[in-house]
Amino acid sequence: MSFPSEKKDDDEGLGYERPFRGVDKAHVIQEARMFNDPNVEPARCIQLMTKLLYLLGKGENFSSKESTESIFFPMTKLFQSKDEKLRRMMYLVIKELKPDSDCVIIVTSTLTKDMNATNDLFRANAIRVLCTITDTAMLTAIERYLKQAIVDKQPLVASAALVAGMKLMKSNPDVVKRWAANDKSSQMVQYHALSLLYNIKKSDRLAVSKLVAQLSKTQLKSPLAQCLLIRYTVTVMAEGNTQDRSYYEFLENCLRHRSEMVIFEAARAICQLPNVSQRELTPAITVLQLFLSSPKPSLRFAAVRALNRVAMAFPLTVTSCNLDLENMISDSNRSIATLAITTLLKTGSESSVDRLMKQISSFMSEIADEFKIMVVDAIRALCLKYPQKHRVLINFLSTILREEGGFEFKKAITDTMLALINDIPDAVEPGLLHLCEFIEDCEFTYLSTQILHVLGKRGPKTSHPGRYIRHIYNRIILENATVRSAAVTSLAKFGAQVPSLRSNIITLLRRCVHDADDEVRDRSTFYGTILASESEPMIKKYIVDVVPHKLDGVQKAIEDYIEASDFTTSFNFAKAVTMPIHVPTKEAKKTPQQAVAEVAANAGSSIASKRQETGTIYADLLNQIPEFAGFGALFTSSPPVNLTESEAEYVVTCIKHVFPEHIVFHFNIKNTMEEEQLENVCVELDLSDCPGCSFVASIPSDAIKFEQPGMAYVAIRRTKAMANMFLKNCKLTFVRKEYDPTSGEVAPDGDEDDYPLDEIEVGLSDYTKPLSLPDFRSALEKYKSISDAVVAIQETLGMDACENSASVSSAARQHRLLLSGVLLGELAVLVRADLRTSASNVVEMKLMIRSQTPEVSEAVLEAVSS
Amino acid sequence: MGIFLSKIFGRILGNKEVRILILGLDNAGKTTILYRLHQGEVVTTIPTIGFNVETVTYKNIKFQVWDLGGQSSIRPYWRCYYPNTNAIIYVVDSADQERINICKDELLAMLDEDELKDAALCVFANKQDLPGAMSAAQISEALGLAGIKNREWSIFQTSATKGEGLTEGLDWLSLTLAGKK
Repeated sequence: MSFPSEKKDDDEGLGYERPFRGVDKAHVIQEARMFNDPNVEPARCIQLMTKLLYLLGKGENFSSKESTESIFFPMTKLFQSKDEKLRRMMYLVIKELKPDSDCVIIVTSTLTKDMNATNDLFRANAIRVLCTITDTAMLTAIERYLKQAIVDKQPLVASAALVAGMKLMKSNPDVVKRWAANDKSSQMVQYHALSLLYNIKKSDRLAVSKLVAQLSKTQLKSPLAQCLLIRYTVTVMAEGNTQDRSYYEFLENCLRHRSEMVIFEAARAICQLPNVSQRELTPAITVLQLFLSSPKPSLRFAAVRALNRVAMAFPLTVTSCNLDLENMISDSNRSIATLAITTLLKTGSESSVDRLMKQISSFMSEIADEFKIMVVDAIRALCLKYPQKHRVLINFLSTILREEGGFEFKKAITDTMLALINDIPDAVEPGLLHLCEFIEDCEFTYLSTQILHVLGKRGPKTSHPGRYIRHIYNRIILENATVRSAAVTSLAKFGAQVPSLRSNIITLLRRCVHDADDEVRDRSTFYGTILASESEPMIKKYIVDVVPHKLDGVQKAIEDYIEASDFTTSFNFAKAVTMPIHVPTKEAKKTPQQAVAEVAANAGSSIASKRQETGTIYADLLNQIPEFAGFGALFTSSPPVNLTESEAEYVVTCIKHVFPEHIVFHFNIKNTMEEEQLENVCVELDLSDCPGCSFVASIPSDAIKFEQPGMAYVAIRRTKAMANMFLKNCKLTFVRKEYDPTSGEVAPDGDEDDYPLDEIEVGLSDYTKPLSLPDFRSALEKYKSISDAVVAIQETLGMDACENSASVSSAARQHRLLLSGVLLGELAVLVRADLRTSASNVVEMKLMIRSQTPEVSEAVLEAVSS
Repeated sequence: MGIFLSKIFGRILGNKEVRILILGLDNAGKTTILYRLHQGEVVTTIPTIGFNVETVTYKNIKFQVWDLGGQSSIRPYWRCYYPNTNAIIYVVDSADQERINICKDELLAMLDEDELKDAALCVFANKQDLPGAMSAAQISEALGLAGIKNREWSIFQTSATKGEGLTEGLDWLSLTLAGKK
């Protein structure tokens, strides 16, 4: 065969080795004939199998004839050889080749024999192969051997069996559940045994916590297993919501482990615990700080990364590491340096910002996009924290915006810019100008259109709207069709809102009517005509206040329409727009634990932004329900409240949506009874205790199957603007039908039943929308106090804390909390609460409330004092 | 001198392993024969799903012996092992008169294969220890061995459990294969 030598010649010419150059399927299949040779040459066969694995790994497709007849069967002839390397390679290829199930029987006998061979390597590998290719029927036959292998003295073999067990868990959980593995001496085996045990018990929460509790008392030999145990402990802690100290103590003990790996894992776990207190965090931070000066780059990196993450939620605790972090800025490893700087940005004081920015710019061009994005995110947080610094930061952002970078990076910058423009009124004009400059040379259509949209929205309200027109019109001349049409829309918005520019804009739009693209022509003609009509209501309706359609809904409707391929009826656009999309169900399906974990993860982001995000989803959802169409704009939505125990038969959560004159109670219902289907599910509310409230509509959920979430709504109308309500005797009513999970049949008739729910309360917090007010200036720079009180006040008022005043150290004796919010009817409220622990260890509070009307201030005061 | 002789010997035999397939219907005793040859003792066997392979050294010849499962589901895969085969040991259950015809059909189909046209055929009339076992002559007749003209073949009465007749078979094979080289 001339092929290998040819390859060699080529490589010599290039001066370096490329072992898989020119490997192709036809050659390999042809060469596979060498397996048939009665005198096997191990070296050549191994080389060939390596090529084969390379092809398989590359995703090359072998037809079933090729894989079985040309490769698999000839290869089984290698079983004659006792060469360990050759055999190992052969096991690997068989595993990867995954031959047809009816052919694999040819190796079953031999593999079963190998599983009991004296050679450990054969034994381990045979187990792995057999478990990969076998089916259920065969599994029972070999189960005995696998059990034996798990307790094998050789770690290699035991590990193989355990890993095989993990794989089989996916396909045959019942069989594996019968195994029991324990007490391993070797490190690797311990690791595998633990993870198999966990996988076996995963679905049973109690068993897992028992396992973890039991193992955390004994010292595991393997650091890997110990790390794994730490992770499982964290899962148990997150799931259990227990206040059990023993778990935390276990983690803290791990901080004193011999192995660095375990120490780090434990420290990281503590940092990521939900609701971790400052005191609990301190030992972990101390350990991480030690790691910062480690000679190993990987350790430094890991430590600084963990610190970076925790810095958002606990800037004060991490401050103690600042000195070490400062030293790391000059670290030769740029990734570490970046993380150090971003951590410093999060923890640092206002005065150090300028210096840090200078240091970042010096090496911004040397780091990868991923880290650049991290820097940008840190700057975003910083901006919101120190709004006065926005000038420096925006300048920095615009500098890096000009540099080379990928889409993700540019997107992060523009997102940050847009966020700044949104939150800091002073930043609007410089921000918009920088963005204008950016789109002059922007290769990303997505970003250009986004910026053009924001320009259209914000630009007309600035002091000199005219200066943006040139940038926008340049887009029409220079860019592709998508950007051109976005630019046309943007121009029209200027024309609509700035009367002095209108005639000029109409001229510009006229020039676009000869554009090559249909959409651009359509838009410019449309807008041109509307603007020329000089009719203010028309302009307002069609240009300024355009409510965009929910595109995912429309897209889904079109997809359904095409799939149904019934083109006799035309596509119903009106229906598509109102078609429900089930976005919030996803939200509702999240378990409380997940939600907690998420909150912990995003501890940095404010309540406001989160509520805003979910708020828009809800608004879209409610808009699609015709009964609620006349209620006007959704003012605010409350976070979900549980109305049942989380383990109840039917789990119900309630979200209160407040409209100008109505309240919509939105119930997410989950049926946890496997053999039941609930139909015509609705919630009955007793309004007798609530004067001034009247029932408007109730929308039941048609059918709720097992494990499927359903939604029901009740709308009421209230006469008082901010009626406090306390609804008792709520119940879930439904028709229960029997459901056969195996056949999927539903019994034709069912019985009516109801299910009691907890009471629902509507209070001030439901009428309040958080508002982030970044320029809430305060002379006080240090805030320290009693964290519980702060959280409580925030919750009662449903407002957002300003200037990071919600984060307090637990040891503090006094604190000033600054809150801001918008009450129903766009009434802004600012609250300043001075908290202090008095000598008798009671929290005292002095409250100052500013709002436009005394009534509102009183209502807020009442909410706090009651 | 001794070394010299063995070198000569080695050259005569090509110093090669010879590949032998043990085929036959299921429950004919193939696996028992293989391990009788390999380990010299009777092992308990289960129906072979797939194959067993062992190397047997006899009279300085290394036999690479492949014992393929005889179940009808595995028979189609026999032909995957035909290339480079020097000899076939075809094992017949002498006490199983009912299936002797199937036995014959499988044999003829196999001998038709092009890849086996140079392979020697050695038939073992196995299970001679059982009552009612057919003799070598009867089996030869039933299988129509006399009609085979273009290859070397022979038939032996064997009993794998008692160890009878196997060495004679191997003797014949080593002679035949050595003569071919």
